[in-house]
Amino acid sequence: MHNKSVAELSRDLGSGQVSSVELTQEFLDRIKREDSKYNSFITVTEEQALADARVADEQRAAGNATAWTGVPFAHKDIFCTNGVRTTCGSKMLENFVPPYDATVTVNFRQAGAVCLGKTNMDEFAMGSSNENSYFGAVTNPWGLSEGNKRVPGGSSGGSAAAVAARLIPAATATDTGGSIRQPAALCGVTGLKPTYGRVSRYGMIAFASSLDQGGTMARTAEDNALMLNVMAGFDPKDSTSIDREVPDYTATLNEPLKGLKIGLPKEYFSDQLSPAMEQQVRNAVKEYEKLGATVKEVSLPNAKLAIAAYYVIAPAEASANLSRFDGVRYGYRCEDPKDLMDLYTRSRAEGFGEEVKRRILVGTYALSAGYFDAYYLKAQKVRRLIQQDFINAFKEVDVLMSPTTPSPAFIQGEKTSDPVTMYLEDVFTIAINLAGVPAMSVPAGFVDGLPVGLQIIGDYFSEARLLNAAHQFQQVTDWHQREPQ
Amino acid sequence: MTISREDIEKVAVLARIRVDDEQVSALEKDLGNILDLVDQLGAADTDSVEPMAHPLNAVQRLRADEVTETNQREAFQAIAPATENGLYLVPRVIE
Repeated sequence: MHNKSVAELSRDLGSGQVSSVELTQEFLDRIKREDSKYNSFITVTEEQALADARVADEQRAAGNATAWTGVPFAHKDIFCTNGVRTTCGSKMLENFVPPYDATVTVNFRQAGAVCLGKTNMDEFAMGSSNENSYFGAVTNPWGLSEGNKRVPGGSSGGSAAAVAARLIPAATATDTGGSIRQPAALCGVTGLKPTYGRVSRYGMIAFASSLDQGGTMARTAEDNALMLNVMAGFDPKDSTSIDREVPDYTATLNEPLKGLKIGLPKEYFSDQLSPAMEQQVRNAVKEYEKLGATVKEVSLPNAKLAIAAYYVIAPAEASANLSRFDGVRYGYRCEDPKDLMDLYTRSRAEGFGEEVKRRILVGTYALSAGYFDAYYLKAQKVRRLIQQDFINAFKEVDVLMSPTTPSPAFIQGEKTSDPVTMYLEDVFTIAINLAGVPAMSVPAGFVDGLPVGLQIIGDYFSEARLLNAAHQFQQVTDWHQREPQ
Repeated sequence: MTISREDIEKVAVLARIRVDDEQVSALEKDLGNILDLVDQLGAADTDSVEPMAHPLNAVQRLRADEVTETNQREAFQAIAPATENGLYLVPRVIE
């Protein structure tokens, strides 16, 4: 059962071949047995899951089922869950039990899905290796046999590792600069970052609000479509949510790709990319040509400025967002504060990890008097140039394709000594967040036994087309079905 | 671009994060490297470019001026580090 997709499990539940209680118990047992190797979960909600599964079975019996009724999944531990601890990977929120639900949490509950727990992540979603979690690093299920533990990517590394290891068929995730696509690529699973504003950010703990977007992670494109069907939509509780009709993302999965115009941004096939990685991506593009797509080279001339712009905008917004953690209303508070300033400064120094503090300090610096124009305003102008590159490219082609990452999963500890080395991991993903367009990562081969991700980027609100392109690719390839040994 | 010890100490106060003396050197190096990365922005010609705040140029929605939230003070204060009589407790501010 644990190798089946959400779509298959949904059919099995519908036909009565299996009950949600049986399915939930099987995945809970797998998590208990296997997760000591990966550390992909921070919290497992066994009792609640079994209770929800019993309700789901009753709903199925009464004929009130959605595709998700009784299907197990997990939430990245950034989505607030009423009554269930939500840590965001931080000591600051180690004991935080939210008194409310994120809109995405409500969406899955209303669909009848059964949440088994909360997945590990880089602290406050800041990181590309999951080594910044207060609850310990996550280990990639791939490459374990070589004796070296590899990173699953980040920040949604727990979700990616759990899906890859078949501990859960699907998990929610978030992406501010690549945090869905990069771990999906490194763990050999399929992930989608929707258009900015497509999925509600309400109750999703904020990192950089103009970039943060909730999204999906599962093994197949079809399962990503089923997830987005539940997650997408207007939410009056999120001031940047977009009021726009939500299509049925599964309805167009089988459209033929004949005539699809693919652009390959030449800047994303640069010398940062290893020849072996490039070969895998070019092979994937050839599969699309066999399916009837046409391919041309395009240019994103300002893409090279994306990391620089991001490391002003994201820390600046983070410094403002994370000012709410003050040791007064909720979260960590230091022992015996001697005065109010001591309470603030020590609670924050002790509650936040090193990378989070670095980014708050950089952001505070960039926003401080005398530097605002040179940094924040300049970065926002460059952001518009980057966006314009994408707008121009989508006048010529339907989708862009590139590698998701410059190299496959690296060894734990390899990039922790210099933050900038780690930042370069997101060189192909960050521009997409700055522009706000949607993008996916789809398994597209292996290098040295480690998964390679193909990034497919689309115009605003073209999630259905991306899912269609990914699904068709998965009908003629089996990279997404490979299981780590 | 280098960032000085004094800059780091000043920013740490603004950010309300205590930074101990022995941490400053490491921060000087790390923040200096990050600012070097960021300095690539200077190469871009942005003279006639409007700053971008929202990818879809959306503007803030307004809602009707009606009460939509109910009082949940007990639930909210149940997760606070220290409260008394419905108030959040902090160290004495006024002597």
